[in-house]
This record gives sequence, C-alpha cells and structure tokens, in this order.
Amino acid sequence: MNVAVAKTGNGRAVSDLFASAEGRLPGSPAVAAVRREAFETYERLGLPHRRIEEWKYTDLRALVGEVLPLAAAPDAAALKRAAEAVKAHAIAGARKLVLVDGVFAADLSDVKALASEASLKTLRESLDKDAGLLRTASTDAVIALNAALATDGVALSIADGTQLTAPIQIIHVAAAASASAVTRSQVVVGKGARATIIESFVAAGAKTYQVNDAVIVSIGDNADVAHIRLMDDAPDAMNVSSHFVTVGANVKLNFFNMTTGAAVSRLQGFITFSGEGSELAANGVNLLQKTEHGDTTLVVDHAVPNCVSRETFRAVVDDRAHSVFQGRIIVRPDAQKTDGKMMTRALLLSDEAEADNKPELEIFADDVSCGHGATAGALDDSLLFYLKARGLPEKQAQALLIQAFVGEAIEQIADDTLREHVIGIAERWLERRS
Amino acid sequence: MPLLEVKDLKVRVEEREILHGLTLTVNEGEVHAIMGPNGSGKSTLSHVIAGKPGYEVTDGQILFKGEDLLEMDPDERAAKGVFLAFQYPVEIPGVATMTFLRTALNAQRKARGESEYSTPDFLKKVREVSKSLNIPQDMLKRGVNVGFSGGEKKRNEVLQMALFEPSLCILDEMDSGLDIDALRIAADGVNALRSPKRAMVVITHYQRLLNYIVPDFVHVMSKGRVVKSGGKDLALELEASGYAQFEDAA
Repeated sequence: MNVAVAKTGNGRAVSDLFASAEGRLPGSPAVAAVRREAFETYERLGLPHRRIEEWKYTDLRALVGEVLPLAAAPDAAALKRAAEAVKAHAIAGARKLVLVDGVFAADLSDVKALASEASLKTLRESLDKDAGLLRTASTDAVIALNAALATDGVALSIADGTQLTAPIQIIHVAAAASASAVTRSQVVVGKGARATIIESFVAAGAKTYQVNDAVIVSIGDNADVAHIRLMDDAPDAMNVSSHFVTVGANVKLNFFNMTTGAAVSRLQGFITFSGEGSELAANGVNLLQKTEHGDTTLVVDHAVPNCVSRETFRAVVDDRAHSVFQGRIIVRPDAQKTDGKMMTRALLLSDEAEADNKPELEIFADDVSCGHGATAGALDDSLLFYLKARGLPEKQAQALLIQAFVGEAIEQIADDTLREHVIGIAERWLERRS
Repeated sequence: MPLLEVKDLKVRVEEREILHGLTLTVNEGEVHAIMGPNGSGKSTLSHVIAGKPGYEVTDGQILFKGEDLLEMDPDERAAKGVFLAFQYPVEIPGVATMTFLRTALNAQRKARGESEYSTPDFLKKVREVSKSLNIPQDMLKRGVNVGFSGGEKKRNEVLQMALFEPSLCILDEMDSGLDIDALRIAADGVNALRSPKRAMVVITHYQRLLNYIVPDFVHVMSKGRVVKSGGKDLALELEASGYAQFEDAA
C-alpha cells in the first residue's frame, strides 16, 4: 500500500523533477550513476510518513505533500537580494561562505580571507573527481533525495593543528520562490585543530520554498569544535537537514541548533564517537509559533568506550505549533564507561501547542551511566505575577521568563559575539509573537 | 484626598468569601499596621490590592489616589506607585537580578511617560541602596532570589522598594522566616524609606515587627473585617491579651 502511494503520488512528481534536473546536476558520468541510484531509492520510498518509525511525528507526506522543482541558478537580481540578506545575518568577524538557492556565490563569500586557514572546494568541484560525498550510510528517503539532487555545497578542510582565528559561517540564502534548494557540504577538521563552524538558513524575499541540506563532518583526534546551526527560514518554508558527524579521540564538540523559522522543519543529526575520551555537548532550542512544526532528531552512537554526551533541549511552543524532540543514545557492546545523558524541557504557551518527546536508550554495554529526563508545562503563574507586580506588562514578563527558559541552552555557546547573535534571533522571535 | 481607600470590600476565592466588607483609609505619610490571626484575610487584602489573579471582588471598591485600582492590571498598579513586598518572594532562575531590576524600573518609568534611567545613574543608585542593605554586589548578578536566604530575599524586596520609589508599600508578613538580626536590617531599610509622601501598610501576625517599624495606626482584622482600630499601643495590648477576644467579637 505504501509503495503505491509513493509511486502514484510524490514519486511521480519527483520522477519528473529528476528528469528535468538531471542535465544541470554537476558530476562525472560515475557521479550521475550514483545520483540515479539514490533517486531510485527515493522513488521506491517516497516522502517519509508517520508509519516510518523515525518519522512518526513528522509526516512529510501530510505536512508538505510534494517536493518543489529545483531552483534555477540565481540571476543578478537574486544575488543582489541575497547580498542584503547576508549583510543582515552575517556574524561580526566570521568568514562567510554563501550559497544562494543551492549555488555557491563566490562574490558574496570570504574566499580569500579563508584561504590561509582552510582549504575550500565547492561540491561542484569535488564531484569532478569522485562521487564520495554523495555516499552516506543511510537509507533515509530525504537523504537519498539529497544525494540525487544536490546542486552545490562547500567542502571545507582544516589542516591538522590549525587554530582558526575566526569562525566560518556558511549562509544558505533562499531567493527563489516556489523552488527547492538541495545542498550537501563537507567539513573535515584535522587533528588538534580548533574551529567554529556556523550554519545559517535565511530568506531573501522568498516565502514558499524548500531546503534539503546535508552536512558530513569528520573531526580528527584532539580537535576542539563548536558547530552552531541557526535555522531562521521564512515562515512558509520547509527545511529538512541531515548531519553526519564522526568524532575522533579526545575531541571536544559543542553543537548547538536553534529553530526559529519554517512551516515545517527537521534537523536529523547522526553523531558517532569513533575514538575514546571525547565529549559531546549537543544543545538546542526550538522556538515555534503559529502552525509551525519543528523536529530535532539526534542519534548519538557511542561506538567506543569512555565518551561523554550531554544533550539539553528547550522547546517554546506557542499558538498551534508542534515541537518534536527525538533523542536516541546507542551504547555499543564495547563502549564501557559511556556517560550519556539528555534532558528536554518544553514550555507550552497556548492550550493548542504540542510538544512530543521521544527518548530512546539502546544500551548493549553493562558499565555505563545513561539517562534522560523530560518535562512539559506552562509558564509559572506565580513568577508571572511577581514580574507584573514589579511593573512588567504581561508580554514583557512572559518574554523575560521565556528568555530565561532558553537561556540555559544558549549559555552553552562560549563565544560572546556568537551568543549575543543567537540571543538577538531569539529576541526577534519574541517580538513576532502575536 | 486619601492615598488609599478600601471601601466595604467583599472578596471571594472560588466559592468562599474571605473579606466580608472591609474598610480602610490610608493617607500619605502614614504607617498602618494590620494585625490578626491566621485566616483573618490579611494576606488576601494585600493580594487584592496588588492585583493577584484568583480573587473575585464581589462588592466594594479600592481607590488609589482617587482612581479605581480594581480596573488596573498589576503592572499598571505598580507604575502608579503600589508596591507589594511579598511574604514569599519567588525565585526566578535565569533572570539576573540586575537585569530584572533595570527592566522593571524602566517598564514603570515608560508606563508613566518618563525617560529610561541611564545606565550609570541606575548602577550608582543600585550600589548605594544595596550597600545600605548589606546586599553584596555578586548577589545582584545571580538569578532573582536564587539561592538567597530568607533574610536576603526580604532585603531584595526592600532594595526594590527603594529603587522603584512607590507611594504605597504593602509589607506582607515581612517578619516571617527571619531571625532577629535579619529582621533588624530589613526594618532599618524600611524605616529609611519612610517619608511624608509615602504610606506603608505593614501586615503582621506578631507584635515583634512593630518594635522595629513603629506604626501610626494599628488595625485588628478578624474573619474578613477590621474589628478594632487604634494607635500603636493597640499592638501591645494585643500582645498581652491575644486575638481570642476579637474572634468572639467578629
């Protein structure tokens, strides 16, 4: 039954889409074959729906229905709009790498400034050589679709021992309406290197569009990495992003995700410890209003012993919005002394707001410390009254308490400029509340 | 015109009437003590004046500077000059005390059409007041009341009183949970704020607090009404004879 739906419904639309896009997708004939295979996987599966366990709460067939055609390469007008958006969303001091409608925009990027500290290729360039970047160990339909249709992305490599003097900010700008941007990037951090990588998703005039992004990250031993993702897409957009992260030994990885936009969004992160002695802090904030649907799904795979993972998630859900947090911690048989914990808290600002939380612990080792906790509730009336009795109007009192609620996750961002930038996005979200 | 006029106030919580027609008049510069046994409605009165939700006023009125207080939201009442020092000040994790003080002060000033306090003026004022109340600076950086002792929480209430400069201060059981030293510091802070333009309503179960904050008038509440009013000596009389006589009278 599922197969029939996939073929007659969304499968058909994508089939046309792939045929029309095939001519402009970069890569050698070998790459084209990989794409075709990926596309066939997608065609067989169709858009994920609620009967697929991993997508239970985010039924893309119901929420999105169809995949929009690939955006055309941006013209001069689109690039001009994008330049404005980049100016508004750039983080002070960061080196920018800009993708507009799924195409790398060298003129908007700080290619020269970056050259001394990291090597950069576009996905387009890297696919001239081989199809490696399109291959991931996943049978997920949106990831297959991404492999089939990725038009561009950045492949960054930071050499062993390099200490980046400035953060790198990858900015995805949507300038084309009623179109899809499909991108795939790679970040390789060498041994003992130190790097801050930021991903920003923003709109430049476009309202209804779809983003399908994938990032493949590999972190060498003893590296220290901050990875921050800020998804602030237009209110009618869709954003589905997938992260594949491999963590070496004695690594410190500080990951933070904030969702403040898009009608439908999902970040699915697959993080694997492949070396001992590493520490992961994965924090996230979902700020959702109106009828937005925001899903954060993290799979942390303790494949080796002696690693620590800490996940702290906060969801603030207003109106009829719906927040989803799925956190799975896998502890493999050899991964003794694993210390993995996750805590998620949801703040429901309206009677119709919804938050779903699905923690899963899959533990196959016997000497581990793992746990999870979850709470959901409204703003505390006694705190609200105290603030009002001190002169704060209702909305301002709520805003102060909401900021405090998400502050616990945001405070984990060590860099002052970056943290202030993130707080600024949260403040703008609060101002948008009706 | 009196600063505060409570006229024949009747208040219900859910189905139960707590105040059965309470009348109280407070003029500028006066300090009134309201005493009474547990359950006499003292705290209800303070909550209704401040605008806490959950109370239904079925009859009577509260006028503040001639305006109908019951028509105003709690934040409007604060901006007009009503201040309730809470019996149990809440802890607000994640909101730094300094941020809270500045946000609240500027919200009140904005509501009154006044300009915001400049940062240096604000800091100077906070420093002065916190020093006189024995509040260390690092306490102001912590979350509001988070990890504060009972005495520190009450001093934080007095600090706000000094900063916001209200014309009516209601002190709800300020002595509860305080030892004698903590009580003296808080009371000294309150006494420093007494002025001909400011009135205070001191709600307390025990006479002890009134040794430190000496009232001009004492009212005895029982079963939702004021049953006796007098000068400060009435408190001493109560200390000797207890509340039992008034419970019978009411």
